[in-house]
Order: sequence, then C-alpha cells, then structure tokens
Amino acid sequence: MTPARKRRLTMVVLLVAGVGLAAALMAKAFQENMNLYYEPHQVTAGEAPVDHDFRLGGMVVDGSVRREEGSLTVQFDLTDYTDTVTVNYTGILPDLFREGQGIITRGRLNQSGSFIADEVLAKHDENYMPPEVAESLKKAGKLPDGEAQ
Amino acid sequence: MNWFMRWFHRFGSPVWFYRIAGKWLPWLSGLFLLLFIPGLYWGLFVAPTDYQQGESFRIMYVHVPAAWMSMFIYVAMAVCAAIALIWRMKLADVVLICSAPVGASFTFLALITGSLWGKPMWGTYWVWDARLTSELILLFLYLGIMALYNAFEEKRTASRAVAILTLVGVVNIPIIHYSVVWWNTLHQGASVSKMDAPSIHVDMLIPLILLGLAFQVFYVLVLFLRVRAELLDRELNTGWVRQLALEHDDD
Repeated sequence: MTPARKRRLTMVVLLVAGVGLAAALMAKAFQENMNLYYEPHQVTAGEAPVDHDFRLGGMVVDGSVRREEGSLTVQFDLTDYTDTVTVNYTGILPDLFREGQGIITRGRLNQSGSFIADEVLAKHDENYMPPEVAESLKKAGKLPDGEAQ
Repeated sequence: MNWFMRWFHRFGSPVWFYRIAGKWLPWLSGLFLLLFIPGLYWGLFVAPTDYQQGESFRIMYVHVPAAWMSMFIYVAMAVCAAIALIWRMKLADVVLICSAPVGASFTFLALITGSLWGKPMWGTYWVWDARLTSELILLFLYLGIMALYNAFEEKRTASRAVAILTLVGVVNIPIIHYSVVWWNTLHQGASVSKMDAPSIHVDMLIPLILLGLAFQVFYVLVLFLRVRAELLDRELNTGWVRQLALEHDDD
C-alpha cells in the first residue's frame, strides 16, 4: 500500500472511530431518555416523574383485568416481577391486549399511587408460531410469556 | 494476494464491469423470480397463521426483508465509500450513489409496512422509540446523501463529499440493530438473528428466508441496471462508449 493510501486509510478509520465515540457519549448522556418507558420497580422507587405524563411498561398480571359494567373503563395490574402498579384506563384496547401480555401505557400517577392511562399499547414479543404449536407448548408449560427476559 | 489485487483492479475498470454486469442481468432476473414467487406464495398462502396476530403477521414477509436490506445497502455503501476514499476507485463512487435510492426505497417500505402493522397490533401507527427513530434517521441519511450528491456541479467533488457523509452515518447501523437490546422499546427484539434457535416457527421462517434472498438479488439487479446507465453517462466521451455506440449502429 502506498504511503498516500495508508494515510487516507488512517483518516477513514479515525473518522469512523471519532463519530462512533461521539455517538456513544451522546447515547450515554441521554441514556434515560432513550428508554421508551419506566418499569414498575422504578415507579415504586420514586424514579418516575410525579407531576407530568410518562410511559409505564410491564406485563399484565394474570386474573387482574376487571371491566366496569356498561363502560369502556378497565382496571389491571402491571408487573415487572419485582413490583406491581395498578392501571386505570378508559378506551379501546389493542388486539394483542390480554393477561400475561407485555404492554406500554401513557399517563400519570394519581394521589393514591395508581396509574391513570390515556393510551394503552400492546408490546409484541419476538415469538411467531402457529396456534397448534402454541397450544402444545402451553400444555407442556413452556409457552414463552411475552418479552420477559 | 496477487490474484486479489488483479481482480480488484479489473473490477475497478468501467468497461469490464459494464460487460460483465450486462451478462449477469438475465441470470439475476431469473434467480429473483425463482426466489420471489415461491417465497411470496408460501408466505401469504401456505404459512400457518400466528397464534396471537392471526393473518396480520404476514406483513412481516415484506417488512423484515425490507428492513434487512435498508441496513445491508447502507453497509455496502459505507464499504464503497472507504474504497473510494482510500483507493480513489471510480466504480466505488458509482456503486455508492446508485445504491442510495434503492436503500431509501427499502427503508421507506420498512417504515410504512411497520406502521401499518403497528396500528392493529400495538394500537398506534408510530411511537418515538429507539428502533423506529433510528430507522427514520436512516431514511434521512439516504435522502441527505442523494441531496448532497446533487448539490455539487462537479461529480468528483460530489462523490468525495458523499463518501464522507456515508461514513459518518454508518454509526447509525449498529444503533438500529442493537436499539431493541440496549434500551427498552415498543418494537420487539430480533426473531431470526438470535444466537440460540430462532423464535419463529420453521414453516414461517422458510418463506422469510426465501424473500430475504429475493430482496437481496433484487438489489443487485437494480444496482447493475443503475450502475450501467451511470457508467455510460459518465464515460460518454471515452473510446469504449463510442465503440459501443458504433456496435449498436450496425444492428
């Protein structure tokens, strides 16, 4: 390789490394804001904002969904398997909403510490399979539950 | 190493590339149809429905290969940018700029299909999470590269500026790929490229792989067409293009 090419190669490597370092520092500085949602344990630890809206994500606890008669109001518990937060929501739920499903809600905490949601989004997991396979996995007790890792 | 350098130099020759690419075109077209038609049929009609998403999951047969290609093409462009800057190879410049509109189209397709799937599944067309935002930045990078190239009158200057911008933007690629791992996002994690077994059923995976390959071949096919046209345009006043024109006059 000629000296000129070697010099240009060094420049290219330095350019990519420099930009990579800058991006890494920025990502580190904005670490908290890069996350889309808070988890229930952060809410109980008081890390979530109290005076404005934020997103809360977790798994819907099995058997916790209670619907109010004659309205679209629904109440359920969200958990990250460490802590649990109760969520109240009035509106249409997405297709994938069900117990044991990972979801993300947007809203704010009220005085009593439960979460009043304006929006509920279902978080899909990375598992794709036909219903028969899901059924037999369920029987064997091996159905992967949501995005829990 | 010797054979590699010889191949490297020959590959950089516009005449040689023009002829070889021309010979490859019919084969690439055939291969594309051979992968695309069975892949699409299998994906849309044969593959079983998903246990949770029902039929809606089939949009992934366009979405996932398009998203793969959006990143693959950018990496290919970054490699071209490095070759063009270090070795001053003209063909690398041409491949870089001819790839940009193809990459932008795949990125746009991935964003649109993802958004259409997101409404019924997540409950929203769009959310500013790390994965969706970084993929949108990728679209802006492609558009920026195309705009920058057209902003210069002189093609050599344009190519150099574009090569540098492409290399700066390559930092976004690992961010897109690992966004679902590093931060919590609405977008799900990877299904196919996990280290352990893919978390997608084999009957659903095969058409996805077929379509992934089909999109790959489609990129090479469109790239060859574009590069051939661009080479003719750039080398309009050289001997080989004149000779080519004369050959066609005889027909």
